[in-house]
Amino acid sequence: MLERRKAIATLMANRPKDLFVVPGLGSTTYDLASLGEKDTDFYLWGAMGGAAMIGLGLALAKPKLKIAVITGDGEMLMGMGSLATVGVQRPKNLAIIVFDNRRYGETGMQASHTDKGVDLVGVAKSCGIARAYDVEDEAGLKKLAGDLTALNETLFARVHIKADDPPRVLPTKDGVELKNRFRRAVVAAG
Amino acid sequence: MENQTGWPDQLFDVLKRAEVRQVGYVPDAGHARLIERCKADNDIRDVVLSTEEEGVALAAGAWLGGQRAALLMQSSGVGNCINMLSLINTCRFPFLTFITMRGEWAEFNPWQVPMSQATEPVLTAMGVKCYRADRPEEVADTAQAAAELAFGGDFAVAVLLSQKLIGRKVWVK
Repeated sequence: MLERRKAIATLMANRPKDLFVVPGLGSTTYDLASLGEKDTDFYLWGAMGGAAMIGLGLALAKPKLKIAVITGDGEMLMGMGSLATVGVQRPKNLAIIVFDNRRYGETGMQASHTDKGVDLVGVAKSCGIARAYDVEDEAGLKKLAGDLTALNETLFARVHIKADDPPRVLPTKDGVELKNRFRRAVVAAG
Repeated sequence: MENQTGWPDQLFDVLKRAEVRQVGYVPDAGHARLIERCKADNDIRDVVLSTEEEGVALAAGAWLGGQRAALLMQSSGVGNCINMLSLINTCRFPFLTFITMRGEWAEFNPWQVPMSQATEPVLTAMGVKCYRADRPEEVADTAQAAAELAFGGDFAVAVLLSQKLIGRKVWVK
C-alpha cells in the first residue's frame, strides 16, 4: 500500500514537458498542488464525476499533448459511465489514474464502493480500455510513470493508496484564472 | 422524423460556421439528423455520451485544449447536467447546447412533463442563457445568435427547440 504524497511525487518525478494533468476535486487536487502549483494542472474544486470527461475533451482537442487525469475512487465512481465513453473514443494520449484509498476523504473517510469489492480496473477493461492495471508498490508506480512518459494508448491505472489524510495543500480556487492560465500553457506547448 | 428537413441542417451549418470541433450527444430522435450530419463530418469528433453531464465536462476539456464543443440533448437530459454546469459557470467556459423539448406539446408520455417544465428555470438558475425557437424559420437565426454569444462572449447558452418544431413522435406500442 502506497502513501499518496509519496506516490504523486514518484509519479511526477520525471514529468514530461508535454504532460498536462487534470486532478479530481479533493485529495488528488491537494496531492498535485503539494508538488507546487503549476499552470499545466487544471485543479478541480468541484465538478465531481467530470474529471475523466474534461481529460477526454482535452485529449481529443490536443492529440500531440499527453493528458493525465489523476482522481480519487469516489470521483471516478460518480463518473463511471465516462469510462464507457472514453472506451468508445480511446484517444492514444489519455491516461486515467485513480488513487484508490477506498474512502471519501473530503467528507470524513467513509468507505466507498471500492472498499466493498468494486473493481475499477475490471470496469475500465470491460469498457474497452485494454491497457488497465493495478499499481500496488513502488516498482509498479515507476512503471506507470514510464508508461506516462511513453503514452501511446488509452491507459487506466488504479493506484492502491493508504487511507491517510495528509495536510491539505490548496491551489487557487479562482476558476477563471485556472482556465485562462491552463489554456495559455496549452497554447505555449503548441 | 417527418419534420427533419431544413432546420437540423441549418443547426449543422451554425456549428460549422462556429468551428465547433467536438459534439457530445446522447442519441435522440429529435436530433437524429443533426447527429448524423456531425458523424459524417471529418472535422467534427462525435462523442456518444452515457449521460448528458459528460458532455458538459467534455466541452470544458475541449475549450482548455483550444477547441469549441457543443452538446446535443433533449429536455430530460438537462436535469442530468445541473451540478456539472457549476464547472461552466465558475470557470466561465463558453458553452453551447441545442435542446429538443419533450413534454410540452402532443406528448404521449407524462414522465417527460416534469423535466420539460423545469428545463428553462433550471438552466437559468445555473447561469445558462436560454433562447427558444418555436418555428422552423426561427431556428437558424436563433442558433446563430446563441453561438455568437457563447463563443464571442464566453457565455453559456442553450437553444430550446420546441416540441412543435420537432413534430409528433410516432410511437407504436
